[in-house]
Amino acid sequence: MSVEIPYITKPRPDTGLTNGKLGVWLFLASEVMLFGAFFSSYAYLRAGNTWDDFAFGRPGIEIAADAHADEHADEHAEHATDDHHGDAHGEATAHGGHEGLSTPLQPSIPMATFNTIVLIASSVTVVLAWASLLLKNFGRFRLYWGITIAFAFVFLVVKYFEYCGKFAHGFYPKTSPLLGLYFLMTFLHVIHVIGGIIVNGYLLGPGSKMWKTDPERFTQRIEVAGLYWHFVDLVWIFLFPILYLLSG
Amino acid sequence: MSHDDSHEHHEENFVSKYIFSTDHKVIGIQYALTAMLFLLVGFSLMLLMRWQLAYSGKPVPIIGGILEKMFGADALGGAVTQQLYNSFGAMHGTIMVFLAIVPLAVGAFGNYVVPLQIGAVDMAFPRLNMMSYWVYFVGGVTMLGSFFVKGGAAKSGWTSYAPLSVVDAAGPGQTLWLVGMVFLITSSLLGAVNFLVTIIQLRTKGLTFMRLPFFVWVQFVTAFLLLLAFPPLEAAGFMQLMDRVAGTSFFMPSGLLISGQPHAATGGGSPILWQHLFWFLAHPEVYVLILPALGIVAEIIANNTRKPLWGYRSMVFSLLFLGFMSFIVWAHHMFLTDMGTAISSFFQATTMIISIPSVVIITALIISLWGGSIRFNVPMLFALSFLPMFGIGGLTGLPLALSAADVHLHDTLYVIGHFHYVVAPGTIFAMFAGIYYWFPKVTGRRMSEFMGHLHFWPSLVCMNMIFGPMMIQGIAGVSRRLWDGGLIYEHAAPVLKWNAIMSHAAFGLALAQLPFIINLFWSIKHGKKAADNEWEATTLEWSAAASPPLAHGNFETVPEVHRAAYEYSVPGHERDYLPQNEPE
Repeated sequence: MSVEIPYITKPRPDTGLTNGKLGVWLFLASEVMLFGAFFSSYAYLRAGNTWDDFAFGRPGIEIAADAHADEHADEHAEHATDDHHGDAHGEATAHGGHEGLSTPLQPSIPMATFNTIVLIASSVTVVLAWASLLLKNFGRFRLYWGITIAFAFVFLVVKYFEYCGKFAHGFYPKTSPLLGLYFLMTFLHVIHVIGGIIVNGYLLGPGSKMWKTDPERFTQRIEVAGLYWHFVDLVWIFLFPILYLLSG
Repeated sequence: MSHDDSHEHHEENFVSKYIFSTDHKVIGIQYALTAMLFLLVGFSLMLLMRWQLAYSGKPVPIIGGILEKMFGADALGGAVTQQLYNSFGAMHGTIMVFLAIVPLAVGAFGNYVVPLQIGAVDMAFPRLNMMSYWVYFVGGVTMLGSFFVKGGAAKSGWTSYAPLSVVDAAGPGQTLWLVGMVFLITSSLLGAVNFLVTIIQLRTKGLTFMRLPFFVWVQFVTAFLLLLAFPPLEAAGFMQLMDRVAGTSFFMPSGLLISGQPHAATGGGSPILWQHLFWFLAHPEVYVLILPALGIVAEIIANNTRKPLWGYRSMVFSLLFLGFMSFIVWAHHMFLTDMGTAISSFFQATTMIISIPSVVIITALIISLWGGSIRFNVPMLFALSFLPMFGIGGLTGLPLALSAADVHLHDTLYVIGHFHYVVAPGTIFAMFAGIYYWFPKVTGRRMSEFMGHLHFWPSLVCMNMIFGPMMIQGIAGVSRRLWDGGLIYEHAAPVLKWNAIMSHAAFGLALAQLPFIINLFWSIKHGKKAADNEWEATTLEWSAAASPPLAHGNFETVPEVHRAAYEYSVPGHERDYLPQNEPE
């Protein structure tokens, strides 16, 4: 009885694909639909609303009394949760909702720009790593693959400061639906980055033993993991303009 | 690629062979048993609801005391209270759709039959396959467990419309529903990837796409639907979860009042957004429920008419078109929202269009009967009755597709009658047909014909007595989801008498399932011994041994395919069937 599953390392001639590569493409198709649903929801809620809408009058949201209030915003935010629970709503109405928040609700464009560069660079190193394997240069592969993982960590660190900046001003997912979607979508992306770190870390560490026993299959795995990593990068390329650049 | 047998016999203990198995046949059987159990649970909930509809407020006989012990105040005095009724209603739908029918149609039949029909040794990713089952299992346990938390299970309908589902603060039931759904969706996604790769990559030599059995085609399209339609519900699930636990208001409108009080976490969201996201999944989901049934029926009809399927190519192209269209009809569930007439008209048009490929497939199946010398065995009886039942279900959907007629019929029992005709005497009958048909392959024995008749005829009569009158009540304007079945409404008075009749038919339907359950288990040991190719069929699964050993590897030698799937009664041949793998 034959028990081996074919086309794990060698592509099937008529489809030109290995099982793993087809599998990851299909998985990515479903991921497109997942993020697509979030982008659609964002478009649906964004239509006719600005980021600041509905944020007014919520506990913890400080309304700027004058143009120079920025310096004090941090201190205010700390007390706001306790003090303004009851009367915040009235205050917002009094300001007519046009004065603007003392600190912008919008996410930080400089941080996101930096992260964009980091992720694009990591997509380059992924390809270099894979190409090194094709050239049978395992040492080079380890270097580039390691850099890719390091970039992913850099991305997470920047993200941490970005989130902390929001929390420090009392901005949480519940502050406004659009801010909520910003948190939800970027956090889902962060989970994908972490997933990538785990998989790529495994392939750098214990998983790399396969290079000795079955280099062809290992190269295949790196390619599949690389496809996933490009997708994570690609999602960010959509998140960046839509959530950051167009958040005004 | 013939390997020595030691490869498959090494260290197979009970746990790795029957519990955490990676073999598609074991996983298929696991899915089948679990899904049938959930089918029974979902059905039991409905029996309790039907008791309440017929005898409003009266304690449930015999098991009333047990109910009160299980659900406490919600089943006060052993009766089904409003709270319990609502949670049963929501969970009946959820369990039947996500835990019973889809796992049975895709997880069980797909898993067991597809690799055999395409001549593969297993699914493309066996470990992923095992994971799909266990993730589904955890999702199922989460859903069942939610009955026993404070406040009981979800009560906002299987559709979980916001804001009702978000403001339901009776307990964590709805939250557990969402968590359970995330598990079930994940399981379906893993399964869908696996099916697609298996069908595209592991077809044996000579098995081109146009030679695939129709059942494989339906699984192929179904997997695409699951793959692309489920993620938006996952997204929506995360958002509703945030609304419930993190105080966001994605689906919560501004200015929402509850009992006259402004709701705390309200503002800026849209309840309609949830409906869009939900139905973007749930309409393709309807086709996930029906397509595998069509595939099973097609297999059985070709086999028992001893003729090739009429119009195989038209069926395949209709199927592909149907799969595509199913993504752009979802908002016909939402004609009564504020979408506007232009959008309604679009969805009305696409909905009318999607009925065309369905009619093509059904017509092809009916024409396939023409001139055949039909073998009326039990699988064939179920398959034959599927045709008119699905026909009634489909045709009664047309008035609902017209936005003007839908104003009257929306959310009435007419809708319930319509889609139950599609899913209950439609899909579930096809599932029964499939079980009777492939049982000899799985166990090496046949199920009893006599018991099969005892199962089929009463089921057919009872199904029609339940869902026919429902449409009468619906046209009279009786709403769905009424705890008292319409007692308090004057306009319902003339059609209330049907409630008791329908309920007794439902109890009859329950009794009619006893022969099936007994037959299923009794036949495993005592059924008539079956040949490898018990039904003298042409497709590849019948070239494997009856009851193939539960380990990787399905065929003694990998079969090679030489012809189309249904070469029955080919002129000039001795036998009336030519198996796909038989050399010229």
